[in-house]
Amino acid sequence: MNNGTTLGLFYTIIRPEEKWILEAAAARGLAVERLADDEVTFPLVQNGMKSDIVLNRSVSHTRSLYALRFFEHYGLPTVNRYEVVNLCGDKILTSLRLQEAGIPTPRTVVALTPEAALRALDEVGYPAVLKPPIGSWGRLMAKVDDREEAEQIIEHKDALASPMHSVFYVQEYVPKPDRDIRVQVIGGAFVAAIYRRSSAWRTNTARGGEGERVEPNAELEELAVKAAEAVGGGVLAVDLMESPNGLVVHEVNHTPEFKTLRAVTGVDIAAKIVDYVCEVARR
Amino acid sequence: MTQCPECEASVQLKDMIEGEIFSCPDCGVELEVSSAQPFAVAVAPKEKEDWGE
Repeated sequence: MNNGTTLGLFYTIIRPEEKWILEAAAARGLAVERLADDEVTFPLVQNGMKSDIVLNRSVSHTRSLYALRFFEHYGLPTVNRYEVVNLCGDKILTSLRLQEAGIPTPRTVVALTPEAALRALDEVGYPAVLKPPIGSWGRLMAKVDDREEAEQIIEHKDALASPMHSVFYVQEYVPKPDRDIRVQVIGGAFVAAIYRRSSAWRTNTARGGEGERVEPNAELEELAVKAAEAVGGGVLAVDLMESPNGLVVHEVNHTPEFKTLRAVTGVDIAAKIVDYVCEVARR
Repeated sequence: MTQCPECEASVQLKDMIEGEIFSCPDCGVELEVSSAQPFAVAVAPKEKEDWGE
């Protein structure tokens, strides 16, 4: 059975999340056009694409951005939108937007040269966290305990050829319990939340952090929804920390993984994503 | 049935779809189903610097 809508799934690899999305689409009678990000070509004038709406599940920030811009150019609605992915995929742009929206976020200073990065670290104070502006899964992040360590890490980053490592995103180290909070928001509504616990300072489940149920918490849910809306809304995972001064939002993820969230909460996130995509397609 | 391109262990298609990522049961390397019919696998793409969620 086909309900008349064709869902374009733009993806890099099929993880459990993408498989559940495909199953949820099939259960709703949606036809699916699989768009592998290493195979699709994008002419300036659309030809041959069958999709009525595109769900972006590519793990590549660069591929996602160009592809979403093309899909929008073809007149196709996308989840998430280009602007949202552009903002959320860049920690600097995310921090700026969160600050503009009055959402509590860790103190952050950006520097554009290694010399300025040392000054930025002095301004933030030690310990501090140095992150690449683009990238995820806690990769290439560094906790910097003092100036000597800062000089060494910055020298190493400067030696990397990528321009991404010549921009320095310096953030205060938030003394927090050995956990942070991941909140799934879809279409402006709270869906589910977990603690991500780890004895290491990075709590990403991609780095082995473990999930644990969060009791209903109106303040948390309201703040997460506000953060998701501030970056433009859609299917978003908001990461928060419990600082001594209250909750702070440090990241909003535009193509969230939800394997751990689903296992811990039992919420069928894939079904909710597909329902939201259908709702956007009907608009 | 096909072979793991890393360790040549036998690998079977069990409810897997094209593009799906799984670990070789013998050597643990991440594999991708490059074709479901006929069943073929390749080493999964390596994580790149701009990959994430």
